[in-house]
Amino acid sequence: MDATVKPTFNVLRATRASRAGGIIALILFAVLASLPFWADSSWLRLFAEFACFLVLAQMWNLLAGYGGLVSVGQQAFVGLGGYALVVLANHTTLNPFLCLPLAGLIAALLAVPTALVVFRLQGGYFAIGTWVVAEVYRLLFANASFLGGGSGTSLMALRGIPKATRESITFWIALVLAFGSVALVYWLLRSRQGLALTAIRDSEIAAASQGIDVRAVKFLVYVIAALGAGLAGALYFLSNLRISPDAAFGVNWTAYIIFIVVIGGIGTIEGPIVGTVIYFLLREFFGDFGTWYLMTLGLVAIVVMVKFPKGLWGYAMQRLDLRFFPVQRRVQFLEKETS
Amino acid sequence: MLTTHNLTAFYGDFQALFGIDLEVNAGEIVSIIGANGAGKSTFLKTITGLLKAPHSAVRFEGRDIGGMPAHRIAQAGIAMVPEGRRLFASLSVEENLKMGAYTRRPGRFDLDAVYALLPVLKEKRTQPSTSLSGGQQQMAAIGRALLANPRLLICDEISLGLAPIVVKEIYEILGRIRKEGLTAIIVEQDVGMARLFSDRLYCFQEGRVSLSGRSDALSHEAISKAYFGV
Amino acid sequence: MIAWIDTIVQGVLLGGLYALFAMGLSLMFGVMRLVNIAHGDFILLAAFAGMALVTGLGVSPGIALLVLMPLAFAFGYGLQRGILNFALGRDILPPLLITFGLSIVIQNALLQIFSADTRSIQAGALVTASLHLGEGLAVGWLPLTIFVSAIAVALALQWLFGATRIGRAFRAAADDSEAAQLMGVDNRHIYALATAIAMVVVAIAGVFHGIRTTIAPTDGPALLLYAFEAVVIGGLGSFWGTFAGGVILGVAQSIGFRLDPGWGILVGHLAFLAVLLVKPNGLFPKTR
Repeated sequence: MDATVKPTFNVLRATRASRAGGIIALILFAVLASLPFWADSSWLRLFAEFACFLVLAQMWNLLAGYGGLVSVGQQAFVGLGGYALVVLANHTTLNPFLCLPLAGLIAALLAVPTALVVFRLQGGYFAIGTWVVAEVYRLLFANASFLGGGSGTSLMALRGIPKATRESITFWIALVLAFGSVALVYWLLRSRQGLALTAIRDSEIAAASQGIDVRAVKFLVYVIAALGAGLAGALYFLSNLRISPDAAFGVNWTAYIIFIVVIGGIGTIEGPIVGTVIYFLLREFFGDFGTWYLMTLGLVAIVVMVKFPKGLWGYAMQRLDLRFFPVQRRVQFLEKETS
Repeated sequence: MLTTHNLTAFYGDFQALFGIDLEVNAGEIVSIIGANGAGKSTFLKTITGLLKAPHSAVRFEGRDIGGMPAHRIAQAGIAMVPEGRRLFASLSVEENLKMGAYTRRPGRFDLDAVYALLPVLKEKRTQPSTSLSGGQQQMAAIGRALLANPRLLICDEISLGLAPIVVKEIYEILGRIRKEGLTAIIVEQDVGMARLFSDRLYCFQEGRVSLSGRSDALSHEAISKAYFGV
Repeated sequence: MIAWIDTIVQGVLLGGLYALFAMGLSLMFGVMRLVNIAHGDFILLAAFAGMALVTGLGVSPGIALLVLMPLAFAFGYGLQRGILNFALGRDILPPLLITFGLSIVIQNALLQIFSADTRSIQAGALVTASLHLGEGLAVGWLPLTIFVSAIAVALALQWLFGATRIGRAFRAAADDSEAAQLMGVDNRHIYALATAIAMVVVAIAGVFHGIRTTIAPTDGPALLLYAFEAVVIGGLGSFWGTFAGGVILGVAQSIGFRLDPGWGILVGHLAFLAVLLVKPNGLFPKTR
């Protein structure tokens, strides 16, 4: 048999649902961008907060779902971003809104030495290690009296700007960050780096044997996640105007993100979006119930994780086989050709 | 003593065994040969309870044991010398042996009896199990299984990675135990050893029994054909 | 000079309490590779339970502890069998999320029942009595009792793991849980026993903690961090290593407090980070 067989195949990425999703996203962006012109101030602030959590959830998803790094200490970078914003805005002549991306960069820079330390730990101990780092930052800032110590300080630099303008610009920043974080994660995962990440998630040893520098990729992911968290923190305190060590570095940030991730699942991009929406809905209706509300959240997290380790959304997606943000590649074999 | 009837096994959606009928009678040594991937390890996993099997597909001493959890099957009297020895790394030699006796089943094997059979283990009893040579580790794994006083002993690829002279020594020791009565399943890569040592032989090929019969009655040709599936 | 010796001594004794915190965490990780994020909250739960027993039944803390220990054992067994056994496995997320969820539930349940006020377990003279070692050096009976208890627990755990059938099963299951099953070990039962024992240690730690300081329902996470730091400083693999880690942490914090009251805990964290940088496997890791 002297035939040269050339099996050819296409690598498909888009699905019908994703094409529809792309169009919906564009429309949504346009509608939301117009919000400051007709919506109430409280809606703008709510969205800004929503954006913070969404960005954090996507970053956590990137870290844990793709990098295999479960961090219980991302609040370290939230707080660093927040304080960087406040300090830069208050003490330099820079436009306060421009300080936001700078704050994110500072958080990312500080992630480098942090990674050197925490990467010495694995698994569950890595998680708690990141928490210790966040606590160190919290205590450092609480002891820094020039930053207001334990009771914190206020963002003064926006005093001269009319409220409506300030809130509109904050909102647009939030909008860009929200869509941007989703787009960034989506783009990252579709790239070669993303393939490497998925490989690492599935088997580090196998990935390393394919020539993937596992340590370098994980490090990169950690720094990117810190950048995202820093930006989210800067945004939050830009909106809030007041910062304190407990609000900045509190482990509550992680607690809420964990709940979002439990509901939405990790390893997908739409999961954190769904989770964040549900979290905010629940908070709107039940937040007033205080400890009972939180206890219920905790119980839900436990039950869901025991029964559906992939999160509720992940479970639903598996059953319905829907993918809005396709980051997998499907192989479609064409007819074999023989000459 | 042990019979399997139409035994099937799956890893998720992948079917590894397609209806295995196999039988081991009391006092018999049965060997299983076959290429890698033929299903030998999978078969052992279903027998020992590490892999789910249909409840009535495996019968041991008159009881259906398919699907029973591994620790209950161990309690019932099936002990395995696992592939790759799988000694406990943070335990000493003696502690490994004592783990064999965890089920506290009564019988002729206690620590002294195993030391008498395998004196090199007594010498190294307090040392970490990782400090033993390959052959010594294999002996320790066998000793550990014997301490469970099993009704059925299973040996999974005990010649793997060992020098021929060591393999001979190990089979000699098994031979001594056999004299006092032993029912066993031996899974072997070494076809010659399997034929020599066992009463009956099964050949697995792609999840099915491709040949079975008395070890001394099967021709070399027949075994080759069954092994490779040509 | 004497003041510094006093600082170190107080630190060592404090380390005994941290060793008690840490040994339960170390036990669960050693047997099941499970990191229990709710560990600190369990210690607090025990402290509050002890307090409730003391005020409710009108007994001494010692009796309350004796009552609490079997309850803790049963609780730990049920917790592992009912919930945590499902967290084990290859996925990294479930164990962390489940135990984090537990942490939230416990903190808020305690807040609901006991409110956010701080309180403590009344132990009468034991709290203030001290042993005078001359030259201005005094050692409180309470810290001494805690330290001695920590040693006793470490000895007991070391014996359990080293010389008993169950201890061997713990270590075997940690090495190779499948092979352990082949030996007849029922993993679900063994893991539940491990957690049960860990909870007994937690109960002891909790009651002592509640006597020693005031407690509030949200203190849990801080205790988890101390326990974790002690385990990492000491190195994985032996209870005495964990004990040493606790002592070192206690001394670091004590020195920190002496330098400036706001710096105590921070110095402890920094000592932990320093050890992590220089000796990632801890100071006394047990080599395999």
